Amino acid sequence: MTRWAMVADLRRCVGCQTCTAACKHANATPPGVQWRRVLDIELGVYPDVQRAFVPVGCQHCDEPPCLPVCPTTATKKRADGIVTIDYDICIGCAYCAVACPYQARYKTDLSEFAYGDKPMDNEALRFDDAKRSVATKCTFCVGRIDSGLANGLTPGVDPEATPACVNSCIADALAFGDIDDPESNVSALLAKNQHFRMHEELGTGPGFFYLWDRNRPPIDEEKS
Amino acid sequence: MSYGPNPWQQAHWDWRAAGNFIFGGAGSGLLVFTVASGLQGVAARLLVLTGLALVGLGLLCVWLEIGRPLRAANVFINLRLSWMSREALASVFVFACGLGLAAGVQACAAPLAVVALAFLYCQARIVQGARGIPAWREPLIVPLLVACGLAEGAGLFWLLGAWQVPAHAAASGLFAVLVAVRWALWRTWRKRLGDAQIAPRALAHVDRIAPVVQWIGGALALALALLAAGGLAPESWNPALLAAAGLAVAVSGARFKFTLITRAAFNQGFALARLPVRGVPR
Repeated sequence: MTRWAMVADLRRCVGCQTCTAACKHANATPPGVQWRRVLDIELGVYPDVQRAFVPVGCQHCDEPPCLPVCPTTATKKRADGIVTIDYDICIGCAYCAVACPYQARYKTDLSEFAYGDKPMDNEALRFDDAKRSVATKCTFCVGRIDSGLANGLTPGVDPEATPACVNSCIADALAFGDIDDPESNVSALLAKNQHFRMHEELGTGPGFFYLWDRNRPPIDEEKS
Repeated sequence: MSYGPNPWQQAHWDWRAAGNFIFGGAGSGLLVFTVASGLQGVAARLLVLTGLALVGLGLLCVWLEIGRPLRAANVFINLRLSWMSREALASVFVFACGLGLAAGVQACAAPLAVVALAFLYCQARIVQGARGIPAWREPLIVPLLVACGLAEGAGLFWLLGAWQVPAHAAASGLFAVLVAVRWALWRTWRKRLGDAQIAPRALAHVDRIAPVVQWIGGALALALALLAAGGLAPESWNPALLAAAGLAVAVSGARFKFTLITRAAFNQGFALARLPVRGVPR
């Protein structure tokens, strides 16, 4: 089996928002819609304050809360773990948007472009009225994955088959791959590092992992 | 754009979604209570038609909210999983049985009560199914919203029909019980939210309307209903007492649901289980 997943290394992310820009370019999302965004979080009280940059978006959960609530079956989960939306049957009730604990879904009623009426080249190329007034979200660039696989490429390794946000990351903080493959890049990262998933307590089983420290040997071993 | 870790108010469902729960809940409750009261004749038919109109108004509110209204029929597709689909299906049966009863087919009465109750239950499950909103996903929201709908429906029953309907002790007593149950469930739900500490900002909005729910829709309405049910006031006062209690329950219920959907709907926010340890090789 294949389970596509994203890994974000919180130690490496510098909050440059290049992934956000790449996502907007690749998917031509309208103003205010950011399928991939990076939170700039300050935690703690002076002088003990930490700052973290946290990439977020659809977590492509194992048990997506958005799926059972959808009255139209527009939201589906593929065998490879990618959660999709069929824009042609979605009625835009936004039930999925309030069901998602990751605030990953959007609904916009207007077809807007970044600079007014005149679309940029990428917006003109990718304009799709089917996305108006329905739920939209990160797709893990599923089109790139599928066409890449069809051409014998490996998602997460070959850029043509890898989500745009991962390709664009200047710090190598984002990685994408198959966590069911023990030899994959993401499996190696997860094996070598300590990680968590967001809101794990809700039982959604996110397909988005955050690395926060390397695996450390027990203290005794480290001393010797 | 950075949202930080703090939850913020969901902006997807507004007064139109709240309208569905306000009108649909009270309307289906009115249908259930009208059948349960055993009332028959013109007054019963008018109350049933009023209940149907309220359910219809609620569905109209939802229709105004959805992005693609011309595809509204797709709402019936996911009956296997979605409470929204089931609510839509239940509404079809509510209208079929309700119109049948209004047309004089008495055999529709019991089925109407069942499907109206089912409709109400579906509404409550819709709210609980929104797992991104901590104040909504608290399990007690289901019995609370069902009790709200039934109490508000009973309130409308007396508000609209107190002078046409003989104030049977049983019917007014049932009304008092529903008001008391709603009050108790509301307090328990509020306490659970507070104890869990998962939605402090939502709780602030809930507490802002607490006097309306607790004292006007709870204590005052209960006292008025008990005065009528217990025969503690002159009989000629009963219609006015029950109508006033009904108004208090219906208005406070609507206020609560509006707040629940549009004000106490803070999302989960983001949370980091661990902070990054910097300066180490990976």
